[in-house]
Amino acid sequence: MKHHFLHTGDVELEWHEMGEGAPLLYLHGGQGFFPDDAFVAALARTRRVIVPSHPGFGKSSLPDWLDCVTDIAHVHLALLDYLGLDEVDVVGCSIGGWVAAEMGTMSPERFGRIVLAAPVGIKVGPVDRLDVPDIFALSQEQVASLFYHDAAKFRFDASAYSDEKLTTIVRNRETLTLLTWEPYMHNPKLRYRLQRVTAPTLILRGGSDGFVSADYANSFARLIPNSSVETIEAAGHNLAEERPEAFAARVEAFLAEPQTTKTLWRNAG
Amino acid sequence: MRAWFFSENAYPDLPPETDYESIRVTLPNGLYEPKKGAALYDRYIDEWLVAEEEGLDIMLNEHHQTPTCVDPAAPLVLAALARLTSKARLLLLGNPISNRRDPVRVAEEMALADILAHGRLEVGFVRGVPYELAAANSNPVRTNERHWEALDLIIKAWTTRDGPFSHEGQFFHHRNVNIWPRPYQDPHPPVWVSATSPGGAARVGSRGFVQATFLTGFGGTPRVYESYRQGWREAGRGQVTPVNRLAYAPLLYTSPDPARARAGAEQLLWYLKANKVPVHYKNPPGYVPVDVNVRFLRGAMPQLAASIKDLNVEKAIEAGIMFAGTPDQVFDQVKHFYDKVGGFGHMLLMGQAGFLNHEDTVHGIRTFAREVYPRLKEAFPDDAASGAEQERAHVLAG
Repeated sequence: MKHHFLHTGDVELEWHEMGEGAPLLYLHGGQGFFPDDAFVAALARTRRVIVPSHPGFGKSSLPDWLDCVTDIAHVHLALLDYLGLDEVDVVGCSIGGWVAAEMGTMSPERFGRIVLAAPVGIKVGPVDRLDVPDIFALSQEQVASLFYHDAAKFRFDASAYSDEKLTTIVRNRETLTLLTWEPYMHNPKLRYRLQRVTAPTLILRGGSDGFVSADYANSFARLIPNSSVETIEAAGHNLAEERPEAFAARVEAFLAEPQTTKTLWRNAG
Repeated sequence: MRAWFFSENAYPDLPPETDYESIRVTLPNGLYEPKKGAALYDRYIDEWLVAEEEGLDIMLNEHHQTPTCVDPAAPLVLAALARLTSKARLLLLGNPISNRRDPVRVAEEMALADILAHGRLEVGFVRGVPYELAAANSNPVRTNERHWEALDLIIKAWTTRDGPFSHEGQFFHHRNVNIWPRPYQDPHPPVWVSATSPGGAARVGSRGFVQATFLTGFGGTPRVYESYRQGWREAGRGQVTPVNRLAYAPLLYTSPDPARARAGAEQLLWYLKANKVPVHYKNPPGYVPVDVNVRFLRGAMPQLAASIKDLNVEKAIEAGIMFAGTPDQVFDQVKHFYDKVGGFGHMLLMGQAGFLNHEDTVHGIRTFAREVYPRLKEAFPDDAASGAEQERAHVLAG
């Protein structure tokens, strides 16, 4: 795996690169990206995978002006400019899916195929109910039970990490808070912008995801013109971490499809 | 030394702690009985008036979504006190300006309160305890940055005399700031800022505001004060920091009857003990710096939090977070603390908490005001220098 930094605007952007083949942009979720990620390793068997750490995550800097997911989408478009990638596939998990969706509304011509894994970022439900549970009002154990099919396997144990990694974990969590606290886990404008996305889009969700509901994933698909929803069983919100091989296999198959997606759930209007 | 009587206006009639997950943020307000709450407010305001009658100044503060301090709009209570009192200085410590959406509105509220009080107002600004963030829906990240931008904007709003100015900052945007009224005091009411970390205190010191620290005891207070003095010196405010720039808030109860003093002190511990709050409200991500959170994950606990469970009166006195006993004992405890921390000019005494009743609260206020306060004023003059003992002796001799 190659480790790079790009100075773009006033952001020092960390990005990783592995594998060879057609370029694939991977956008990590709220936990951040760590190089031992099994899902990315699986993708890199057939693709050149490019993985930036969002500003404020990993070793990427966080400038004072940056405080929302839309800002991150602009930074990553600058990375694509720098890499000269005019057409690229993108896979985004959770808030990474939100970033991917924002990028797809800004520069639709640039994306060949899009996979959004348990994406957040839209508000479609009633005013008096959160669309996704408030992770800032729950204990870490409660959050884990929403995020994993089998939370016992992913119990957080600080003693398992070096100070450096723990520092990154804590900083990632802080940046996630900055980005998602208010409006909670969404950009009120995004749902009205998603109609600009033209790429065939697959929305995946874990069958045991307690965070992104099936209704919510379906709403996302309803807003993106050429999209479908599928479920991966025995997985929670963190698909890539919990079922890396099954997730990678489904993503690879979708990205390899020649034309439009085989639709399990299609926008009816 | 000046003494300020401080009460949090608690509503203590609650179900047992085992019946709820958190006393802050989520406790349903169906538990609040408005008629009882109104009677409590009458009583608490009367206690402030007793404090004034006895020659003390008055401090009040603000919290949200909690029975521990039923004052979510302190400027309203401040306005009432401005009209009910006539001598005491009134300290609101403080306005949680990193959680307030519009600092200009805060500037207006404080200017108006200063008018109503004919210039008796002292204005505090606080970053607020972490459980305020969920209640205010305020982002826990960058609270310091918001705090200081708001503070500067408020002071500019108070002191600009020649018509509107604009402010286009990182967090706040205004085109026509031109508040009416302006404050009664010229150029503006004294400003206080609370800080419990050395980093925060240095910044307060560099600006010369009055620095208040709450319940930091022998363990935390010396470092906070030293940082303040360092900030003060490095900003070119002089080698000597006057004690009247530094304030300390302890729990305090005194009575000539040792048994009664002890019983009152026990009651005050409610303030620390009735604070069941889950960690996600107690420490939202971003409230403390990353390195501090890493230390928490490694098992470090904040000093006070670690000891609260088995806290009793003796331990609280020993830790310097409570002064309690007979007037002689309290004077000695304050003197000992004063010497250890390098001196301070304001005592923010929390003299009511939980179930401490009106009669006992008034007894504590009167005993302090008559038997302890005169001795403190004499022993610790307002114009003394703060700092390590030898430094102070040197300055005073010179």
